[in-house]
Amino acid sequence: MTITRRRLLAGFAAGTGGLLLGGCDRINALPSVRTALKSAEGLTMRSQRLIAGRDALAPEFSRADLSPVFRSNGTFQPAGADYEAHKQAGFSDWKLTIDGLVRSPLSLSMTQIRSMPARTQITRHDCVEGWSAIGQWTGVPLKLLLDMAGLRDGARYLIFRCADRYGPMPYYESIDLIDAFHPQTIMAWGLNGALLPVGNGAPLRLRVERQLGYKHAKYVQYIQVVAGLSEYGLGKGGYWEDHHDYAWYAGI
Amino acid sequence: MPLLVKRHRWPTRLWHWVNAATMLVMLMSGLMIFNAHPRLYWGDYGANSDKAWLQIGSRGDKGLLVLGRERFETTGVLGLWKDSAGIERRRAFPGWATIPTSYSLADARLWHFFFAWILVGSALLFFAASIVNGHFRKDLLPRRHELGLRHLWSDIVAHARLRFPRGEAAKRYGILQKIAYLSVIALLLPVIILTGLTMSPAMNAAWPWLLELFGGRQSARSIHFLCAAGLVAFFIVHIAMVILAGPFNEIRSMVTGWYKLPEERA
Repeated sequence: MTITRRRLLAGFAAGTGGLLLGGCDRINALPSVRTALKSAEGLTMRSQRLIAGRDALAPEFSRADLSPVFRSNGTFQPAGADYEAHKQAGFSDWKLTIDGLVRSPLSLSMTQIRSMPARTQITRHDCVEGWSAIGQWTGVPLKLLLDMAGLRDGARYLIFRCADRYGPMPYYESIDLIDAFHPQTIMAWGLNGALLPVGNGAPLRLRVERQLGYKHAKYVQYIQVVAGLSEYGLGKGGYWEDHHDYAWYAGI
Repeated sequence: MPLLVKRHRWPTRLWHWVNAATMLVMLMSGLMIFNAHPRLYWGDYGANSDKAWLQIGSRGDKGLLVLGRERFETTGVLGLWKDSAGIERRRAFPGWATIPTSYSLADARLWHFFFAWILVGSALLFFAASIVNGHFRKDLLPRRHELGLRHLWSDIVAHARLRFPRGEAAKRYGILQKIAYLSVIALLLPVIILTGLTMSPAMNAAWPWLLELFGGRQSARSIHFLCAAGLVAFFIVHIAMVILAGPFNEIRSMVTGWYKLPEERA
């Protein structure tokens, strides 16, 4: 969405007018105001990508910087007999499926994924709420998986479907190909030198280091390569985007 | 004879009001964002199990502000308060101080980041205009003699006695005014913008020097909060001075530019 002067003025007038009238919440709920306010999201994404480029790396830290306790947030114990059975079996039969706009759909077991070339990185996890934790992640670069599957024409986004229910349907998230092929974007199966704990997304989670925590889907079972986001969920690209109007681009 | 003089140029007046509205929206949406995790830390990381230097919360029937080792009871104001419907809420800042009034991190971020663009854009235009029209050099930059201790002291005493300059002297900013305005324009606003960017994970990839400059993301968050507190303090003193100096004349000069010089004392 482009930001026009009319939109800018409308949003600005709404903001100041809202305060003067004490009707902030009513103004906050107006669809036109929300559209105007949301126009800043695209502007922010394009500006940040212009400055950071495709490959600028998120800062990496040393072992001395690790958080003493890595906080678990959101789902820390997925419910359901299916997940429980996988957990009891040490996730040996857990499969990651990649399909959609790919030449050769994949279904990989955790044993296969753990035997693939891995990247280990010590990065900072930033929750949208404001807290941060530093952890050491080990996992397979997503690029390797996508190269194996081979993207077909029209592929633009990846939808990550998860085993945890966080609301009316299983958690899901999405990223575009710029983040999918970023060198630090990995499907992580290890945290701080051990296998990923259940509270942090066992057996497999996404790490997309230049965005906030809610993009880093935990308990990932299924990656669907798609042309657009409108077909899945409510169409905004993720559980938080669909149900709580969070920004799809979470670089800030 | 009372004399009307042109006191503020139009870029100054326009920016003043745009900025006033922008900072109010940013402050109130920022307080809502703080409510999502009402703790502040120093360093690169900081989550619930880590040591916070500031926390706002509640315990039992009391609202609490914890500052280092000190605990202050803030029932009804911070941590534990009643909303406009009389329902008890446990959030750090009360609904009347936040945008939106109820808990919505997504909405607060929407307002905060939209107005962040206005804050940065209007500040850059004001900076450019003020360099070109000489506002910085002629009006805001302290002269050498003004920075002398005696001059500073006499201005502090005059303010304490509420004896504001009259006649010709009232055409120019006093040294305390210059220091206050420059602190906001050249220090608080740039630092609050840069610490805001430092909290962005994408900006950390683009400009890692920001983390070095402010000592980590959580330090940046703390400094961002402290700068906001500094701006609130400025706002309170600023409004007090406007009221004491004659609100009609002061506000007119900031709307139309025209200012009535107070007559010299007999």
